[in-house]
Amino acid sequence: MLSFILRRLGTMALTMLCLTLVVFFLINLDPNLKKLAISQTEMHTSAEQLESWLVNHGYRQNFFSRYAQWLGIAPKQPVINPETGEPTKRFSFCNDPVVPTFSGVLQGDFGCSTKFKTTVASKLFPALGATGILMFWVLVVMVPISLLIGILAGMREGTRTDRTLSVASIASTATPEYVSGVIFTVIFASWLGWLNGSAASASRGITFYNFTLPVMTLAIYGIGYIARMTRASMVEVMTQQYIRTARLKGLSFGSVVVKHALRNALIAPFTVIMLQFPWLLTGVVIVEVMFRYQGFGYTLVEAAGNNDIDLLLGCSLVSVFIVLITQLISDVGYAFLNPRIRVQ
Amino acid sequence: MNEAVRNPAEPIIEIENLSISFFTRKGEIPAVMDFSCTVMPGEAMGIVGESGCGKSTVSLGIMRDLSNIGKIVGGRIKFQGKDMGELSEEELRAIRGNKIAMIYQEPMASLNPAMKVGQQLMEVPLIHDKVSKEEAYKRALEMVRSVRLPDPERMMRSFPHQLSGGQQQRIVIAMALLSKPALLLLDEPTTALDVTVEAGIVDLVKGLGEKFGTSMIFVSHNLGLILETCDRITVMYSGEAVETGKIKDVFDRMRHPYTQGLFRSIPLPGADKNSRPLISIPGQLPLPHERPKGCNFGPRCHHFVEGVCNAAEIPMIAVEGHEGHFSRCVRFNEIDWEALPPGAKKVNERIEPGAPVLKIEDLRKYYKVGGSEVFGSSGGRVVKANETISFMARESETVAIVGESGCGKSTLAKVLLGLETASSGSVTLGNKQIESTSVEKRSVETVSSIQMVFQNPFDTLNPSHTVGSQIIRTLEKFNVGKTVADRRKRMLELLDLVKLPRAFETRKPRQLSGGQKQRIGVARAFAGDAKVVVADEPVSALDVSVQAAVTELLMDIQRKNKTTMLFISHDLSVVRYIADRVVVMYLGYIVEQGTTDQIFSPPYHPYTEALLSAIPIADTSVIKKHIVLEGDIPSAMNPPTGCPFQTRCGYKKLVPDNLCETQVPPVKNLGDGHMSLCWLADDVLAKMEPVIKFDKEHAAHEGVPDDAPQGAAGPGFAGAPPKRPRGKRPKLTDG
Repeated sequence: MLSFILRRLGTMALTMLCLTLVVFFLINLDPNLKKLAISQTEMHTSAEQLESWLVNHGYRQNFFSRYAQWLGIAPKQPVINPETGEPTKRFSFCNDPVVPTFSGVLQGDFGCSTKFKTTVASKLFPALGATGILMFWVLVVMVPISLLIGILAGMREGTRTDRTLSVASIASTATPEYVSGVIFTVIFASWLGWLNGSAASASRGITFYNFTLPVMTLAIYGIGYIARMTRASMVEVMTQQYIRTARLKGLSFGSVVVKHALRNALIAPFTVIMLQFPWLLTGVVIVEVMFRYQGFGYTLVEAAGNNDIDLLLGCSLVSVFIVLITQLISDVGYAFLNPRIRVQ
Repeated sequence: MNEAVRNPAEPIIEIENLSISFFTRKGEIPAVMDFSCTVMPGEAMGIVGESGCGKSTVSLGIMRDLSNIGKIVGGRIKFQGKDMGELSEEELRAIRGNKIAMIYQEPMASLNPAMKVGQQLMEVPLIHDKVSKEEAYKRALEMVRSVRLPDPERMMRSFPHQLSGGQQQRIVIAMALLSKPALLLLDEPTTALDVTVEAGIVDLVKGLGEKFGTSMIFVSHNLGLILETCDRITVMYSGEAVETGKIKDVFDRMRHPYTQGLFRSIPLPGADKNSRPLISIPGQLPLPHERPKGCNFGPRCHHFVEGVCNAAEIPMIAVEGHEGHFSRCVRFNEIDWEALPPGAKKVNERIEPGAPVLKIEDLRKYYKVGGSEVFGSSGGRVVKANETISFMARESETVAIVGESGCGKSTLAKVLLGLETASSGSVTLGNKQIESTSVEKRSVETVSSIQMVFQNPFDTLNPSHTVGSQIIRTLEKFNVGKTVADRRKRMLELLDLVKLPRAFETRKPRQLSGGQKQRIGVARAFAGDAKVVVADEPVSALDVSVQAAVTELLMDIQRKNKTTMLFISHDLSVVRYIADRVVVMYLGYIVEQGTTDQIFSPPYHPYTEALLSAIPIADTSVIKKHIVLEGDIPSAMNPPTGCPFQTRCGYKKLVPDNLCETQVPPVKNLGDGHMSLCWLADDVLAKMEPVIKFDKEHAAHEGVPDDAPQGAAGPGFAGAPPKRPRGKRPKLTDG
């Protein structure tokens, strides 16, 4: 098991390396750099001025040496101030070194965010924390409700309960966040006034009033999906012969469901729930922007909109890490739930 | 001990005129009609029938577990005097698993894969006797011991997938017996198991039944098994019981044409492909909504009389002179039970095998098995699927390859067909070496000259193409015929050959029955005039009455085309009937080979002897030597040292110097090409007795039928030959 996890972690590192190289290449294409330079300088700057801004801030160094510097396997070179001829920091708001030092991702330095005028670390990690809180509450609401719905629907296939719950789940999955979000805002914030349509204040303190709408919007969409999966899995399990064995052993319907069906029926949804993590990461983009919540999704949109090179790279690193780590957890958890594939 | 014993005069279960229907969108489908039976304490009742006859529905009906679409529409089930139909859900639960327990067909599927065996067993006393966990564990452990499982503590901690099929079934049996039920329902409990394992399970069930005084209802399609386990039998056909009575009465003097048809279509000892061929039942089972008026068996019965058999519904009629013997036939007193159905062949000409066609010498096939891809590899291991296989097959000869699961018989077929290539050794087809050419590299001629008939006809035909186009496609691949018209003509000839109407050309596989599909499989295999046909359990997925027809068909075509047939099977009854020579395999080795006579008569290889003893034979005049092998077939991943069979062999102590455990025995020639892989000395071999004997007294008592071959018994039998499949002459004159 340990060697399996180690190998998977190795694969993860390799994937991250490849992915960052690709992202690094794409956001350093010439038009993207020009766009960055324009947004960072005054209006109506000439082409020469833009070019000199790029040179002054080190963007015209060799591509691979810059990637190596970002990674931290080559010393980061300070830029030379053309007026004084002395090495200076690239950006005044970040502590870039003035002497060549190894200071990249491997050393824990994620670089500078040109949009937020601060270090990437000081922007990205609080944002991640905020999103983490949001995801936590979404999962707390979504997982139990969806499993309950799925199991109730699936344990007696074709009954009225099953049909009602199935229709509800299909309806909730078929409504994307940007539609349900708008509808909820209109109903709960504008008409009823029970909830706050903006979650901006949630960064300072979460309350039921400001946090319910984003959580609800995200959870409702996921609930339908997981409930459908759970129902399908439950229906299949209930037709298995070992369920008949349990029934003909004299167990009551409740015990049959709880003791025999449940664990087998949870194997498939478990993987689906784990796959919800990457989905939540992208799902939060819409919801965070919509409710003005300063989290990861919001940061990602801002970074992409302004070609904030270091911040974008940081975001992609985090995304890859989360996708791969949830897959690892789901594989390990799957083996735990399903003894047939457990390591001997 | 239990309530069953308390009042021996009162029946445990009484089923009166039970009718069960399934209600679907298409309307009511009657699954069981007017079924009655009574089981006394300690008695075992067998229910026999082909698939779709409603025998499993009866057993689930007794449990009142008929899903939501099944309903009891008539009749009563009285269990220990109480009407099951009036019980509440709660009372029913108190009976299920407690007073009535069930053993199922597929042990793996009937155990919860995510729960330890021990927990599943402990549930039974926990629910029904409300005992403490410690007490439940103690009882479960004791029961695991009494079903003779090795290392009971470890078993209790295992998950079902960690046990072999036989062990799983023993766990299911232990679970059923934990509450000391008064009635045990066994639904095809050994169908999914190997014959030697089956013999062990049957032995166990019989022993435990006697020990606990449990009554049993044994549902099976296998008449031989019923003979070995039951006191009385009920034969079902198309939802109805057609005949019921004591085993001896029904087996020796059946009074329903369907029962007789069943007996005539199974290869009992004494049946011979040349002198006494099998007689199959024509036609097929009517669909539930297309049942005829009157006798359901009427359309397939050669005793059918218009206006008598289809006049009205037929009740069960008592047979005179036999207690409790009933038949659902209005004409059983008028029928000539000796008469053969019209068109039944009397005798086939014996065909002498010609020159060798297929030679296999010292063939080996090893597989490298890496550790699991996902969870760390444990280094590559070698599985020896085939080890030093040598035999030869001649023109128009049938060579049977016999063995249980994991013996390497399917691997051998794959190597012959080119689906795998051999690790070493040689396979010579005609004058060509083919062992290392995979099928895609073989020439069209080679491919068409060695073909296969597959086990499962249901999965081997493409469901979206018509039967005709699938055969034509094969003909194209084999370069048969120049034009489309040529091929179509040939295809129609092939349909004639397998005795299917030409109109079937345009049918899709789903419109055919299992037997018809297998006929298409046969037609496909013979499309390119194959020299060698490998038939991998070609009839084992089919119903008994259809098996005979397909077997006869295969042999007819073989006779006509002078084909060499390799008949792979685990069923020695069929093998004895069909084969000229037999190769017995165990764990990748050929342990014995020789002519059918040599294999079926002593001296035997110890494994062959056990295998012979394990097959249930549906003949009351047969006396078998009782040999039950201990344990399971070892895994090919981890084979035993020395002789492959040494872990289960009963003769091991007769071999000096521990040779069995240390060295693979030499191939010993017992004369006339009879080879055996065994260390046993000649004097031990000479003392071996035949496994299957006919009871002389029984035969004398019953009289010898006029069509019995004079002088010679069937291959390998001592005593007088039996009379089936010709049907018995009635001892009493009826009517």
